[in-house]
Amino acid sequence: MIKGKFIDNLPKIYGIYTGGFLVFIILMSIAEQAGMSKELIGIFFVSFTVLIYALIGWLSRTLQSDAYYVAGRQVPTVFNGMATAADWMSGASFVAMAGGIYFKGYGYMALLVGWTGGYVLVAALLAPYLRKFGCYTVPDFIGTRYGGNLARFCAVLVLTLASFTYVTAQINATGRIASVALDIPFNIAVYVGLASILMCSMLGGMRAVTWTQVAQYIVLIIAYLLPVFWISSNIGAGFFPHFMLADEVARIAELEGQFGFVKNSAADMATVPKGLAQITKAHSEVNATPWAFISLAICMMAGTASLPHVMMRYFTTPSVRTARRSVGWSLFFIFLLYSSAPMLATLSKISLMDPNLATGIIGKSIAEVQALDWYQNWNQAKLMFVSDFNGNGTLELNEFFMKGDAVVLATPEIAGLPYVISGLVAAGGMAAAMSTADGLVLAISNALSHDIYYKIINPKAETAKRLIVARILLVIIGFAGATIAALEINDILGSVIWAFDFAMSGLFFPLVLGVWWKRANAAGAVAGMLLGLGSGTAYLVWVKWYAGAGFLGITTNTFGLVGATVSLVAMIVVSLITEAPDSATQKMVDDVRVPSGKTILGKQ
Amino acid sequence: MSKQEQHWEKTRGLLFITLAIWFVFSIGIFLFGAEMQESSIKPFGYPLTYWFTCQGSLAIFVILIFWFAGRQEKIDDEFGFTEREGDQ
Repeated sequence: MIKGKFIDNLPKIYGIYTGGFLVFIILMSIAEQAGMSKELIGIFFVSFTVLIYALIGWLSRTLQSDAYYVAGRQVPTVFNGMATAADWMSGASFVAMAGGIYFKGYGYMALLVGWTGGYVLVAALLAPYLRKFGCYTVPDFIGTRYGGNLARFCAVLVLTLASFTYVTAQINATGRIASVALDIPFNIAVYVGLASILMCSMLGGMRAVTWTQVAQYIVLIIAYLLPVFWISSNIGAGFFPHFMLADEVARIAELEGQFGFVKNSAADMATVPKGLAQITKAHSEVNATPWAFISLAICMMAGTASLPHVMMRYFTTPSVRTARRSVGWSLFFIFLLYSSAPMLATLSKISLMDPNLATGIIGKSIAEVQALDWYQNWNQAKLMFVSDFNGNGTLELNEFFMKGDAVVLATPEIAGLPYVISGLVAAGGMAAAMSTADGLVLAISNALSHDIYYKIINPKAETAKRLIVARILLVIIGFAGATIAALEINDILGSVIWAFDFAMSGLFFPLVLGVWWKRANAAGAVAGMLLGLGSGTAYLVWVKWYAGAGFLGITTNTFGLVGATVSLVAMIVVSLITEAPDSATQKMVDDVRVPSGKTILGKQ
Repeated sequence: MSKQEQHWEKTRGLLFITLAIWFVFSIGIFLFGAEMQESSIKPFGYPLTYWFTCQGSLAIFVILIFWFAGRQEKIDDEFGFTEREGDQ
C-alpha cells in the first residue's frame, strides 16, 4: 500500500468501509428474518468486525520507529479526532456509563461533564505544546523538559500504574462481551479479547492502532446511535430523541412517585446475585450535593488531561495547529455518543417501567416475566434477576435487579428490537473496549521500550532491536492485564474512575507546570509525581480498606483530589527551595511556547 | 518587551478567558444544581440542570475548543509565529 496515496484517499476508503458495514447489517437482518439463530448472529457480528480490524492492523505493519511510535506524524485533523474518540471511549463509556446513569442518576452524570470538560484543558494547556515538543511518549516530555533519568522513570511509573488499572477494565469488558456474544465462559473470553487486541497493535504500533481506531469509531457510533433512534420512534417518543424525550423524563418521575423506592430487607438482598442492583435513585432529580457532583467532575477532567494514551494521540498530527483543532474534533465525536447515553438510559427505563408500553414489566406477574425469552438469557448470564419478595405475585420496582454493565447490551432486547441490533451493539461494545485497550497497551509498552529500555538502559540500541523489545513488552503487558481482568476485582466503571485518579495524582501538575511555569525543575517534578501518587494511593487504601468515610467528602472515586493537591504543593515548594533550571532549559520552554520552528527534539 | 513575550502574554490572556468559560459550565453552574432544576427555563422541555448535564455543558465545550483554536491561530498569525511548510 502506497502511503502518500493512502492518506489522500482516507475519506474514500472509510466511506466504502462504512457503506460495507451498513450492507453487512442489512444482510444480517435479512438472515435473521430467514431464521438464522441468535447465537450465529452474535458470532458473525463480533468475529466479522474483529477480523476487519486485524486486517487493518496487518496492512499497517511497519519497521520504522516514526511510524511505530507516532504514526509518521501525518494523521489528518478529523481522522485523528475520530481515532482519539475511539481511543477515549472505552468499554466504560460504551457498556457501563449509561448503566451508571440508569442506576445512580444525577450523581453519575458528573462523568459526562467531566469526561468532556477535560478536553478544554487538553486543548488549552497541553496538547499543542507537547506536539511542538516532538516527543514519542509522555515520559519523553517529562524526561527532556526536567532533565534526568529519575524524572523520566517517575513519569513511566505513574503512567504504568494508571494505564494498567485502566486496561484491565477494558480487557474485562472485551471478555464480558465476547462471553455473551460468542457464548463461551468469561475466563476464556478474556483471552479471546486479548488476542484480538494484540492483533491490531503488535505489527504496526501507533500507525496500526490509528487506522483500526478510526474503523472502530465508525462501528461503535453506529452501534450506539441506531438503537437509541430506533427505540425512540418505536415507542412514539419522537424521531430525534435528544430533543424530544422531555415527556418521557417527566413520565419516569411520575412512575417513580407511583411505585416508590422500597428498600429491601438484608435477608431478601442476600438472595440477589452479587453485583446486581435495583433502581433506588430518581432519574432526573438533583440527588447529589454540589460538592459530590463537582468533585467527581474535577477528578475526571484533570484525569483526562493527564492520561498518556489520549495525549499521545496528539503527537501524531502533522503540526501544532492541527493538534489544537484535532482536540475539538475529538470532543465533537465524543459528544455524539455522550449526549446519547442519558437518552439511552431514559429509553431503557421507560421501556421497562411504563405499564402502558408492551415492553413494560413492572406490575406484571412474576411468572410472566420469568417466561420472557430475553429475561431467561440474561438471568442465565447472571446479569438479571427477579424475586417475589412480598409474595403478591406481581413484579414491583424493588424486585427487579440488573447489573449496570448489562443495561446497554440488554436494552435492544428489552425494547423488543430484532436481535440483529443486539449483535450490532455487542460489536460496538467490543470496538469501544478494544480501541481503548489498544491505545493503553501501546502507551505502556512504548513508555517502557522507549523511555526505560532505549533512553535509560541501552541508548545505543538500533531501531530494529527497539521495535522488537516494544513488541515483546506489548504481549507481556497484554497477558498480565488479561490475567488480572480474569480475577474481576472491581467493576468496569469503578476501575476506570480509579485510573483517572491515579493519572491526575501523579501527572497533572508536572505536565501543566512543565509548560506554564518556567521555574519548575527536576527536583520539584520528581517530588510532585512521587508524593502525589503516593498520597493519592495511600488515601485510597485507607478509605477503601480501613476508614470507610475519609474526610471532606472525598471518596474512593475522587481520591485524585488528595493526590493532585499534595502534588501541586510539593512541586512548588521543592522547586523553589532548589536551584532554578539552567538557561538551556528555560530557552527550551520558550521555544515550546512558539508554534513555528522545528520541534524541540528535532533540533537535538 | 520582546515579540515573544508579547505573544506569550496574549496567549496567556486567551487561556484565562477560556478557563473562565470552562469553569462556569463545568463547575460554577453545578453549585446551583438544585436551584436551577426548579427554574422555569426548560430547554426542549427538560429540567434545566438535567439538560446541562446531558447536552448543554457538553456542547458548549465543543464550541469553546474550536473558538479557542481559532483565536490562538489569530494570535500566532499576528506575531508571525504560524508554522510554515517544512517546519517539522
